[in-house]
Formats: sequence, structure tokens, C-alpha cells
Amino acid sequence: MEGIFTLVPLIVFLPVLGLLINIIFGGKMSEKAIGWLASAAAGATFVISVLLAYGLWSAHGEAVTVPFADWITIGNLHIPWTFRVDTLSVTMMLVVSGVGTLIHVYAIGYMHEDVRFKKDEKRYRRFFVFLNLFIAMMMILVSGDSYLMLFVGWEGVGLCSFLLIGFWYDMDTLGRPSWANSNAAKKAFITNRIGDFGFLLAGMTMFWAFGSVQFGEVFGLAEEIAAAQPGIIVAITLFMLIGVTGKSAQIPLYVWLPDAMAGPTPVSALIHAATMVTAGVYLIARSWPLYTLVPDAQYIVAMVGAVTALFAATIAVGQYDIKKVLAYSTISQLGFMVAAVGMGAFVAGMFHLVTHAFFKALLFLSAGSVILGLERGHHHLAHHNPLSAGAGGHEEHEEVFDPGDMRNMGGLRKRMPVTFWLYIIGTLALAGIFPFAGFWSKDEILLDAAKLHPEVFALLLTAAFFTAFYMGRQIWMVFFGEPRHEAAAHAEESPRVMTVPLMVLAGLSVLGGALNLPGVHTFGHWLEHTIEMVEHEAHLPAWLQISWGGLNPIVALASTVLALLAIYFSWLIYGRKPLAAGQKDPLKKPLGFIFTGMENKWFVDEGYWAVFVDRYVDIARFLADVVDWRFWHDWFHEKVIAGTYNWLSHIALNRYADQKGIDAFFNGLGELTKRASTSLRRLQNGFVRSYALAVLLGVVVILGYLVMR
Amino acid sequence: MIPLDHYLLLSAILFTMGALGVLIRRNALIIFMSIELMLNSANLAFVAFARSFEKASGQPLFSGQLFVFFVIAVAAAEVAIGLALIVAIFRIKHNVDVDQMSSLKG
Repeated sequence: MEGIFTLVPLIVFLPVLGLLINIIFGGKMSEKAIGWLASAAAGATFVISVLLAYGLWSAHGEAVTVPFADWITIGNLHIPWTFRVDTLSVTMMLVVSGVGTLIHVYAIGYMHEDVRFKKDEKRYRRFFVFLNLFIAMMMILVSGDSYLMLFVGWEGVGLCSFLLIGFWYDMDTLGRPSWANSNAAKKAFITNRIGDFGFLLAGMTMFWAFGSVQFGEVFGLAEEIAAAQPGIIVAITLFMLIGVTGKSAQIPLYVWLPDAMAGPTPVSALIHAATMVTAGVYLIARSWPLYTLVPDAQYIVAMVGAVTALFAATIAVGQYDIKKVLAYSTISQLGFMVAAVGMGAFVAGMFHLVTHAFFKALLFLSAGSVILGLERGHHHLAHHNPLSAGAGGHEEHEEVFDPGDMRNMGGLRKRMPVTFWLYIIGTLALAGIFPFAGFWSKDEILLDAAKLHPEVFALLLTAAFFTAFYMGRQIWMVFFGEPRHEAAAHAEESPRVMTVPLMVLAGLSVLGGALNLPGVHTFGHWLEHTIEMVEHEAHLPAWLQISWGGLNPIVALASTVLALLAIYFSWLIYGRKPLAAGQKDPLKKPLGFIFTGMENKWFVDEGYWAVFVDRYVDIARFLADVVDWRFWHDWFHEKVIAGTYNWLSHIALNRYADQKGIDAFFNGLGELTKRASTSLRRLQNGFVRSYALAVLLGVVVILGYLVMR
Repeated sequence: MIPLDHYLLLSAILFTMGALGVLIRRNALIIFMSIELMLNSANLAFVAFARSFEKASGQPLFSGQLFVFFVIAVAAAEVAIGLALIVAIFRIKHNVDVDQMSSLKG
């Protein structure tokens, strides 16, 4: 059984193999072959992950480290590339490769149409290369045995995120030529850099204090250091939190995630909902021995998560883009997870991470199916409408149509029944309706919050209410009522290659709760091998002490009732009287400026722009115009360096050294030759006899010399 | 038997006369004749030395005489060319005064 763990490097190298084959031979392969090869690489990774999980299960959850290669050895610093197989990392591997495989398969169908609508079929292969690279990087992240290896993966997934957000880098989300998508990619990358800087500071502080970045050594020393210098652990955990806010899109660095929806929808599902953005949650869960030592830092993390959960949920209510709603929902749900792991409820947080991966991937992919359905309808219209199909009018008549705008949808439940039912399942799971997966995981978080921090509980409960509301709003707007656009009226259902992975995800969204049912707590016991849960048996009020095998009926009932209430409200507002084409949002009037705020993301982007970006541009402009151009270029280079050089060359070198020295020497040489020849030419008088005399004299002299010698 | 010194003295007198003739006279023909005189004074010295060394070693030695033949042959060729030049110059200038032939001076 031990031998099974030596397979672990394959989880990184199988996707790498897949992407290499696609890079080298992909040019001659068909689209299907490329897609299925990439999916097979991801699928094989999943198989390996399952084997690892089985090996771990039969080894009773004992963590295993598999040394793979020496990476850095400088003096005493020794950082190997070691794989860590424990229940936490294997959970992440299963989620990443499992959901990842399904999304790969889905993308075979999705990208087939996407590259045709966007009119660049050559990018099909590139997409799968990036996707496989992402899986490899994510695996490095979750399987590393040190913070440095984790950071390698952390940066790697950031790169993949950048590449995939900017996948259609030369257009905007509607396919018009523009740099909007690549700006979104840059925004994501730069925002993440700020977070990564925090992570780097955490790593350096850790190395300074512990002399190591290996998980085992750091956690072993943690208590000792915490007793000696408690400030160090607080600093490390808070620096780490900055990294988490970047990668997991929490306040204040969440702003990149909504823009990241510029990427193709499978990317939004895989990277920006299910896996990469949960890396921050994983990081905190992984660092549990540090966080549990500093309750103050834990509280800050929990508050950041809870405030983000509510804040993002309110923005989601005012969004019109189907993917933007889901993006803010993702931020909100990540807030739930961060709050959970911040409070020390690691199992609840990780449980929500897993179920969220299922249902949010399902929702995103279904949204992708809806968008493509509308694209198909729009395309169908463009080619079959006799009025607009006039000669040469093919390009002009394509008025700007946003297939992601929910105001263009409506009534899709009849046109796309499969997607509709899948979307319903995802929505119910996200809203936390019994017995869907989200109910169990969200309920666990809420219960732990109620026990530990009532204010976090209040924030999260409100956020849960908003969650159900905006999801209800989305369902009514997208699938019910009458089509508000011709394209919606002609939308077509997606092919099987897309819907089958969705059905699997839907199944997981329904049954995912079974992982950690009250009374059984399979998942909790599984993670216990890695994370020691500290039981806080404080003085709890009586209603919180009720426990049905770990389930508190009052909290569960409260959250479910709130969710149902929210869905009922959403029906009152959006379902009972469906939106007509061109009608304003019915919430706009009663809520007034509050809705304007929600609609405009509370002007956070504008605020960041005014406070940071504009100032940054000002500084950059000052540096460029004044410091660089006027000072360095005009004054220093032109006056000082070039001036000195000119003076030297004109005056010193030219006038003195060159003219007076070198020129004079050679002119003198010429003058000498001239004078010598003037006097010598008199000898050459043309009289043969004088030459003969000279010869005779010469001979006499030579002979005289020879004789006299 | 006339001693070697007499031959050499005669040869020296002939050479000096020839050299003076070349330096002093302006007529190209006379200068040629003077050159012949110098060449023949050298020939005389060659032959005299050859005879003298032959006597001393007791073996027949013709190298001196051989040289003389070469010199006579070369002198003949030189005279042929020289006379041709003088004829050519006379055709242009109508005299053979070497001091008039100075148009190539620097």
C-alpha cells in the first residue's frame, strides 16, 4: 500500500504531459482529439488522486511526505520539492482534478462554439494547453510540503488565471475589437501581485523567525515561538491574510474577480469559482497551527470573510450580467469559507469549499450554456432573417448584442429545459435549501459562527438571505416570463458533451452534503487526521446547545426559512410580474440610491481608481515628465554628460590634442619631406656626365672604404 | 717575361683615360669609345691575372679568359643598343651632345 504514494508526482506531471503533447502535436490533431487528450490528462490526475485517497484511507489517514527532488540548497537553507499527501491536500486534489476533469469535458463542447462565434479557431488548442497548465500548477500548490512550493503553485495559478482571463485578449466580452479583456487580465494579475506581496512578507518573516518554510518544521516550532514572540505569529498570519484577500477575492482586494469574468466561461467555473480562488481558504486551513495560536488574527480573518460575504452579496443583487451575479456570489461564498476557517471552523470551511466547488461550477457552466444558447439564437437569427440578410449587410446588421445580459433573456425554461433544471439544482444548493449540498456546509459554518462570534453569525445570516434573493432574481429573470430579445426566443439547448458534465455536477450538488452528514461526520473525521479541531465549549445559550448529531435545528431552520423567504420575495418582485423588454429593474424605484449603489458595485472600483490608480498615474507622470525627461534627459544627459563630452571633444581633444599635436606632427612630416625633396632635386640635373661622376665617386668611396678598412 | 705589375699599371692608365673621357667629353660617340676603353682595361686586368695565377698554380685555368669573352659579348650588345639610341636621338635633335639630352631631369 505504501507504494501507492510514490505515484503522487504524477498529479503534476500528467497534466504537463498532456499540455506538451498538445503543444507539440496539437497542430495536426483535430479539435476533438485535442480536447479529449487534455480531458484525459485531467481525468488521469483524478484517478491518481482517488488512488492516493484510497491509500490514505487504508493507512488510517497518516500523512505521508514523498521527497521528489532537491530544489534549493544554499548553506543551511535546504528546500526540497517534497509532495505532501494528507487528508487536507488529497481533498483539494480530488476537488481540483474531479471538477477540473468535468470542466475540461464541458469545454470541449463550449470552446468548439466559442472559437467560432469569436472567429478565431486557432485558439482552441491554446485554451486546453492553458487549462492543463492550470491543473498542474494547482496540483503543485496543494501538494507542496513547504510554503515555498505552495507559493510556486500560487504564482503559477495566478499566471494561468491571467492567461485565461485575457484569452480573448484583443476584444471585449462582446467580441468587439478592444483591450477590455486584456485590461481585465492585467487588473487580476496586478491585484493579485499586491496579495502575493503579503504572502511573500509572511514567508520571509516565517523564514526569519523559524529558519524554515517546511510545514512540518514550522508547525513543530510554532508554539515555542508563539510563547517567546507572539507578535511574530500575528504578523505572519496577517501578512498571509493579505495574500488570501488577493487570491480568494476578499475585501479589499476582491475587485479583480468580477472583471475576471472576461475569460471564457469554463475558466470562470474552474479557476474563478471552484478551485484557484479557494487557494486562500486552503492556505489558512493548512496554516491552522499558526492561526489557532493567535485568536486576534483569527477574529480579523473571520470579520474580513463575513463582511466580504455580505458586501459582495448586496452587489450581486444589483447586477444584470449573468456571470457577474455569479462572480459576486463567488466572492460572497468565499467570504463564508474565509470566515469559517478564520474562526477555527476548518472542517466547515473546507466542507463548504468542496460543496461550493460542485454547485458553483455547475452554476457557471450552466450560465455558459445559457450564454451559448443565446449566441446560437442570435446567430440563427442573423442567418435566417430575410430582412437583415441583405447583400453585404452581414457585418453591419449585427447590432451590439450582449448574450450575458439577463435583461436580454427570459423564458428560457422552454427553450433550454436541461440547462433550466440544472440551474435550479445549482441555485437551490447555493441558496442552502434542504437537502442540497449547500445546506449542510453553509449550516455548519453558520452554527460555528453562532457559537464563536455572534457578529459574524449575523453578517453571514444576512448574506445568506441576500444569496437566496439574488439567485431567485436570476432564475426569474433568466428562465421565466417572456423572452425579452429575439435571440432568447430562438435560443437552443446545448449539446450532450456540455450537459453531461453538468449532470454529474448536479448530482454532486444534490448529494455532496452526504460527505459530512450530521451524526456521521465522515469529512470531519477524515480531516481530523490533519487538522486538530479545538472544541470551544464556552457558555453557550441553551438554544445553541441543542445538537442533533452536530446539527442545530434552530440555526438550520432559521437559515432555511430565511432562504425560502428571500426566494419568495424575489418571486414577488421578479417572478409574479416578469420584466418586460426595456423595463427598469423593479427594485430601482423603491430602493433609490441604495440600488444605484448595488448596481455600480458601491463605486469601489471608482474609489480605488481615484485613490490609488489616479495617484499612481500622477506619480508615474511626474516621474516620467519631470524626473526622467526634464531632469535626467534634458539636464543630466544633455547638459552634463553630452555637454562635457562636447567640450572635451571640441576644445580639449580637437583644438589641442588633435590640431596642435597630431596634425602638427604629420604636417611637419610632410613639410620635411617637401623641403628635403626641394633641395635634393637639384642633384637630378639631367646631365648624364654628372650622374657618371656621382657613380664614379661612389665607387671610389666604397672602394676606399674597403681598402682602408 | 713582363711582370704582372706592368699589365696592371697599363690597365689602370687605360681605365683612368676611359673614365676621364666619359666624364669630360660631351660627344656621345666619344663617351661610348671611352666606355669601351674602360671595359678593355678591365679585360686586360682579367687576362693578366689569369696568366699570372696559371703560372703560379701550374695548371691551366681559363676563368679569366672566359670572363673576357663575356665582357666582349656584353660590350658588343651594349654598343649595338647604344648606337641605335644615338641614331634615334640624332634623328630628333640633329646632334649627339649628351648635355643636350637632359629633358628627363626632375
